[in-house]
Amino acid sequence: MSVNETVKFGRSKGFFETFDRRPGPIKKNMHYCPGCGHGILHKLIAEALIDLGMRDKMIVISPVGCAVFAYYYFDCGGISVPHGRAPAVATGMIRANPDSFVISYQGDGDLGAIGLNNFLQAANRGENMTVCFVNNGIYGMTSGQMAPTTLVGQKTATSPYGRSATNEGYPLKVAEMVAALESPIYVERVALTSTKNIRAARTALRKGLTYMREKRGFSLIEFLAACPVNLKKNASEADDWIENNMIPYFPLGRFKDVASDRSPIERPEPVFDKEKVVEALFPADSGLDWRKKEAKLRKELRIKCAGFGGQGVLSLGLMIAEMGQSRDINVSWLPSYGPEMRGGTANCSVVLSNNEIGSPIVKETNLLITMNQPSMDKFLPDLLPKGLLLYDRTNIERPDTDRRTYSVEAGRIAIELGNPKCANSAIMGAFAACLRGIEQVNYEEAFEEAIRKTFAKKANLVNLNIEAFRKGKESVKIENVN
Amino acid sequence: MSISMVKESMSFNTRKLLLKGNEASVYGALLAGCECFFGYPITPASEIANTSAEFFPKLNRTFLQAESEIAAINMVFGASAAGHRALTASSGLGISLKQEGVSYIATCELPAVIIDVMRGGPGLGNIGPEQSDYNQVVKGGGHGSYKCVVLAPNSPQEMCDFTFKAFDLADKYRTPVYVLTDGVVGQMLESVSLPDPIGKKPLPEWALAGTAETRRNMITSIYLDYDDLESVNLKLQAKYAEIMRNEQRYEAYMVDDAELIMVGYGIISRLIRSAVDTLRSEGRKVGMLRPKSLFPFPVDALRRLVGNADSFLCVEMSNGQMIDDVRLAIECSKPVRLLNRMGGNVPSLEEITGKCGEILK
Amino acid sequence: MSGATEEKFRVEIISDECKGCLRCVNACPREVIVPTDQVNMMGVVYVEYADEGCIGCGACFYACPEPGAITVYEKKK
Repeated sequence: MSVNETVKFGRSKGFFETFDRRPGPIKKNMHYCPGCGHGILHKLIAEALIDLGMRDKMIVISPVGCAVFAYYYFDCGGISVPHGRAPAVATGMIRANPDSFVISYQGDGDLGAIGLNNFLQAANRGENMTVCFVNNGIYGMTSGQMAPTTLVGQKTATSPYGRSATNEGYPLKVAEMVAALESPIYVERVALTSTKNIRAARTALRKGLTYMREKRGFSLIEFLAACPVNLKKNASEADDWIENNMIPYFPLGRFKDVASDRSPIERPEPVFDKEKVVEALFPADSGLDWRKKEAKLRKELRIKCAGFGGQGVLSLGLMIAEMGQSRDINVSWLPSYGPEMRGGTANCSVVLSNNEIGSPIVKETNLLITMNQPSMDKFLPDLLPKGLLLYDRTNIERPDTDRRTYSVEAGRIAIELGNPKCANSAIMGAFAACLRGIEQVNYEEAFEEAIRKTFAKKANLVNLNIEAFRKGKESVKIENVN
Repeated sequence: MSISMVKESMSFNTRKLLLKGNEASVYGALLAGCECFFGYPITPASEIANTSAEFFPKLNRTFLQAESEIAAINMVFGASAAGHRALTASSGLGISLKQEGVSYIATCELPAVIIDVMRGGPGLGNIGPEQSDYNQVVKGGGHGSYKCVVLAPNSPQEMCDFTFKAFDLADKYRTPVYVLTDGVVGQMLESVSLPDPIGKKPLPEWALAGTAETRRNMITSIYLDYDDLESVNLKLQAKYAEIMRNEQRYEAYMVDDAELIMVGYGIISRLIRSAVDTLRSEGRKVGMLRPKSLFPFPVDALRRLVGNADSFLCVEMSNGQMIDDVRLAIECSKPVRLLNRMGGNVPSLEEITGKCGEILK
Repeated sequence: MSGATEEKFRVEIISDECKGCLRCVNACPREVIVPTDQVNMMGVVYVEYADEGCIGCGACFYACPEPGAITVYEKKK
């Protein structure tokens, strides 16, 4: 360049001056084949990074496919990611750091085949990213196989007789599909062919990137691009083929542009202040001061609570565990989880112990609390000879057993109190009475504390459950004292 | 009550919460400064997503329910590449789906924490507890010669503590760390003392932080040149050797004079401990070696026991996956037997004591 | 050659960076970029500027898939 000249169009500062990351002797050129559309798009991106002042905050995600080495070239953050996952990786990056910008650069296999779900879901979440989708109708890196966007009749390595609508279906119209979603703000299809089309592509890219800079959300720009080598054409013929065959099926144009209707996405700063973290995780009313009251059990209690899903047997177990916790007794609680909870029987194991608890799974049971007949039939055989049985007399027949047995009309108490859901508190009242007999210690206050804590967020239920608890405690009946 | 009063009257770590193992792991993560949770619900790990959904937004941190386990691990990949602590959780088949992403993260030398609450397999299996992800988690699992650090908690307390610790190990070694447990530990509820929260850590210098200083950072796992890729592999292997030297964790219980050493992790270790107590009360010389890290496997501790012990018994909820590591650790110098259940069944105390009785006969 | 006339624009093509795809040749509205019969270090037949007639439109630059093979200069006033 002479002193009396300026560069009007030249190598962008958005590219590295030399491509030192690229192995081999060629450090100024990209690795793409002659006439490839990727190079044209790379230049538009590099130029825009500088012109829009986005280079320092930008991360360009290299996909799997011919653009896998995009990070050799752009003088900005770069990462190569698993096939099809660029929009998911981009999501992680911009959620972790909403001030960074991400271009998800993807080909037709990466975006339209293996990664379609990740792409569509990111679009549908309206992530603040720009997806540059290069649609050349064929797989480049693996040498000429069929793409989701390969045209009907087009011959490729894996559609040697031509793509068939009945075998592979019609080509995937990505821009149209994304434009149909509510969240994306900007969708346009352009072509990297003629000068006029390249200029339109340049404008579209800058529009998408500008929206991202303004944090308005998700943009897709679909670039119809030539793959001359795999189409077995020269660049000029490949462009003609795009214009005569692809564009009639994949029409160019702006499918959606609603950015002006959308407010910038705001994501508040994460909180790390220790006191605020403590406050969020450990509200002042969430725990009883465990050091105040201590109690010693005479022996480890292995309890099974069982009934019909919906009778509150799991929360019965939880309340028993809370009671133990409040007295600094070691406790464990383990529910039966999964489908059997939904509409079938439910049960939980509770262990109370002064020692370190071994297995939280209660098989051989000291204390069995049953709230329906099937649970009685199922778990009574596991009750140890010196164990204690407590059951809801409302709906269970008196069992034929020589175990120490108590009963209470928990269901009836609950119905009389106007809410069948408090039957579990009623049977817990009976349980408290039994425990007093076994342990010679009065845990009733601790049980009532557990009820208050359990229903702390539903204040109207506290008194109801306390009342059920007291009625249950008072009306426990000795069936069999062994 | 104001927070300062809370702190004064009952300092954070002298108070206890009753938490499920799954819930406790989220507390551990948040207290470790984890900023992002990405996951897809699966029983028996779903409470990790549920609890994260409740608490991460309260601290303006990211909770996002991903469209799949594949998406979730790749979101972790992205957040970690950006320099932030990120977590995902799953089980069995969900872990299978994550393996490609884990291989990338390991090769890119990024930190990440993954919780696996194992369920019954293979195939769709069931939601009962198993330990059949051992091989796919401890041995790498995805493609390529990589490994992940694997911690094995056996209680809600350890779910919290090990998840907390996992973030430090992940940062220290720039590697994915698994917290591997079973459905019982994930679902069970016990009292948990919480560690003090840590503040915001400075971003690592390698992060893609979206700043002028970090602009030329790049993260990749593709190396076309064979020698380059071999170098990357050798570097990873050197790191794993260092982890093997530094990070073996275990609990030894009544091993000093034991003739029979039982080996088990997760919920099994609690059953074994009870079995040891029972058998010791009958005068039987048994003990337990419980791996708290599965990679690195506590080979040094096992080797030290070879002199005294006559034999080993692995108790597992799988077809016997950890047993290979026990045999290798002691170089097959003593008999190593297996007691196992599958399908969601947990061996009973009687099965374990009975098997010991047979062996000691 | 009318080197004596004042050309406002000038195209410079780095022959070793040209992959010979001819996109610039096709894009140039003035047909002032032409193929040569020379082979560059990559082994491709490269193109060159005809030394006059550039109108500074940039069509060749944007058509070229290589970052720096083509530069368009403008004379200062």
